[in-house]
Amino acid sequence: MAPKIGVYICHCGSNIAGIVDCSKVSDFARALPNVAVARDYKYMCSDPGQNLIKDDIKKLGLNRVVVASCSPRMHEPTFRRACQDAGLNQYLFEMANIREQCSWVHTDKEMATEKAKALVAAAVKRVALHEPLETKEVSMNANTLVIGGGVAGIQAALEIADSGHKVYLLEKDASIGGHMAMFDKTFPTLDCAACILTPKMTTVGQHRNIELLANSEITELSGYVGNFKAKIKKKARYIDMVKCTGCGRCSELCPTSIPNEFDCGLGKRKAIYIPSPYAVPNKAIIDAKNCRHLKGKAEGKADVCRLCQKGIPNRNQPGCEAEAIDFNQQDEIVEIEIGNIIVATGFQQFDPTKIYQLGYGRLNNVFTGLEFERLTNASGPTNGKVLLKDGSEPKAVAILHCIGSRDTNYHKYCSRVCCMYSLKFAHLLREKLPDTAVYQLYIDMRCAGSGYEEFYERLQEEGVNFIRGKAGEVTDLTETPEEKGKLVVMVEDTLVRRKRRLPVDMVILSCALEPRPDTEQLARILTLSRKADGFLLEKHPKLDPVATTTDGIYIVGACQSPKDIPDTVAQASAAAARVLALISKGKVEIEAAIAYIDEDKCAGCKICIDMCPYKAISFDEVKKVCRVNEALCKGCGTCVAACPAGAIKGRHFTTEEIMAEIEGVMA
Amino acid sequence: MTFEPKIVGILCNWCSYTGADLAGTSRKKYAPNVRIVRVMCSGRVEPTFVIKAFERGADGVLICGCHIGDCHYQDGNKKTARRMPLLKKMLSQFGIEDERVRLEWVSASEGDRFAAIVNEMTEQVRKLGPFKSNGGAANG
Repeated sequence: MAPKIGVYICHCGSNIAGIVDCSKVSDFARALPNVAVARDYKYMCSDPGQNLIKDDIKKLGLNRVVVASCSPRMHEPTFRRACQDAGLNQYLFEMANIREQCSWVHTDKEMATEKAKALVAAAVKRVALHEPLETKEVSMNANTLVIGGGVAGIQAALEIADSGHKVYLLEKDASIGGHMAMFDKTFPTLDCAACILTPKMTTVGQHRNIELLANSEITELSGYVGNFKAKIKKKARYIDMVKCTGCGRCSELCPTSIPNEFDCGLGKRKAIYIPSPYAVPNKAIIDAKNCRHLKGKAEGKADVCRLCQKGIPNRNQPGCEAEAIDFNQQDEIVEIEIGNIIVATGFQQFDPTKIYQLGYGRLNNVFTGLEFERLTNASGPTNGKVLLKDGSEPKAVAILHCIGSRDTNYHKYCSRVCCMYSLKFAHLLREKLPDTAVYQLYIDMRCAGSGYEEFYERLQEEGVNFIRGKAGEVTDLTETPEEKGKLVVMVEDTLVRRKRRLPVDMVILSCALEPRPDTEQLARILTLSRKADGFLLEKHPKLDPVATTTDGIYIVGACQSPKDIPDTVAQASAAAARVLALISKGKVEIEAAIAYIDEDKCAGCKICIDMCPYKAISFDEVKKVCRVNEALCKGCGTCVAACPAGAIKGRHFTTEEIMAEIEGVMA
Repeated sequence: MTFEPKIVGILCNWCSYTGADLAGTSRKKYAPNVRIVRVMCSGRVEPTFVIKAFERGADGVLICGCHIGDCHYQDGNKKTARRMPLLKKMLSQFGIEDERVRLEWVSASEGDRFAAIVNEMTEQVRKLGPFKSNGGAANG
């Protein structure tokens, strides 16, 4: 049947029409071979716009459609659906990107219009060769993998598990809880972080649909939406998880004391320890780097220490009575099958030692935000008392905003949560130490969120000193008697246009949230993209903010961008809903645009087999030809380009179609 | 009138095409001389695509894929990286200057970089002058 093509040029309001002369482009398109109708319209993606296409398909008997508008990454699914609604196979459609790759990037109207014409001509030439393709449905594995056990991962895992489906919750550390477990209060409601989070953590630990894989990492992923296979490395914990009762006896016996990560190094822990008072799983773990026995073993010494296991018999102190300690435990690789993956790996705090002049790591009593969280936390190293390193109470505290954020030397972006947590710190300080002066040194106060501005106003009434200016330096070089023995914060107060020296006892650095250093590696394992700032990239910021370009993999929380707890939890629930929608559908469509081998042309040279990254091509020993496994092929086309006989056809990206497009853009 | 070269850009869907879209959404302005053709992976690029472009009057061809290690299909771009030197060798035998064909890695976050590459290549090809299929511009 001869192609009968309808071409639709979208104005996108003035987004396209402001630069590209859309009526000229549609006049041009009308004159192209095989084009039956060409129209331009204000918004092609709107209902009336889509109806134009549907009506023309029905009334004029169009058998091909081209829409020139935004990127196919934006609205290709929309227009494919419109074609399908009107009875046209969705693959008989092609899009020309005249917005993102034309009107938005060019200023010369004439040249932009010429380029738009070329792109339309290419799409028309290409679509004439399109063939109808049928998508296939395969069954869906209802298990889900959630990577990251912070509040985001916990929320997503619970929502899916509560609906009766299995969830594997993967956590790299020994306990779930993430950063939120370290906090004391949450802004702006000041409810206790532990009171919100720990019940959820316990539920996760006990949930019959959740398999918690703590102290584990993902090392490999294969498959596709609905049918992924993941390799998980369960790192040796040196503890039998079944036998350990979490009594903590082993820690009491352990002679090695080292700084506790959970308290940001402000407190101590043992080499065998339970990560936090509310750890889930509430089981011990041995830190192999610091354990005397394991270090000795690595050096070839047979039997060092083992006090946790043996106890101290002559003092009548037994070792682990549950016999849970196993020094011979090894890392273990397990393979799991899942249908969907939710990535909730969170953030890390910016390291302020990079900003030398702020004195962190050099001067006593300069703390990071997270350290202060631990200092105010009732279960923290000071039992919630805000104390200086010498054990005394501070008389004046300065909170320095935007450390590493909104700073072209470090991160350009705003970390979104620092203004609010700085206000929270100020409130906690005023509450715990009413006689202590509190200074906030800010660039702008950014308090956008439900109840946030009100919290800011409240703090202004609580006697906190707000100074508009970014701190330039923190020093212990004092100039006056009042400054003696204090830390001096130097700042330009931009409201009174004056440089000031603030003598204080404690400085809190409100540090940026930045991507975790293993984000790059994780992105490679999961084939996700990252943004320029290093956070994981969503499929579309507005149309699909929790999905990624890999179907079946979702991103939630601070691994996508800095985020507060309410937004993180909302995203986690959103991703859970997406996963549950797929599970309830029970089937996934697999891409029809995949490779196909013409057995008559195939010489059986097997070059394609080595090309395929998915092992989707196998050799038929009887017929001596190669064959593509349709469920495994993802349609990259690498084999198509390599086949010396031209026997492989990359459906929807055939050599003829691409050649036609090249001819079209050059026409 | 200044010579406006025509350049065919063949971009992989996942990194480079997305990067080019990002240049659009961030309204980065660049030369209108590159016309983009999308393929799923730079590994799909056949040498004949490049030759076809020149045959049809292109003055240059720009191929973009994901950075090595970031390929959406694991390592399709590595195959491209290996094919390109062979293709370039052949093109040079045809008298096609090296600067007329470029392979660049552009990630989904590198809208700025994509715009810069397009501008740079456009200027480069503009200097070379129009491509003539009877043996390249240099030979007239």
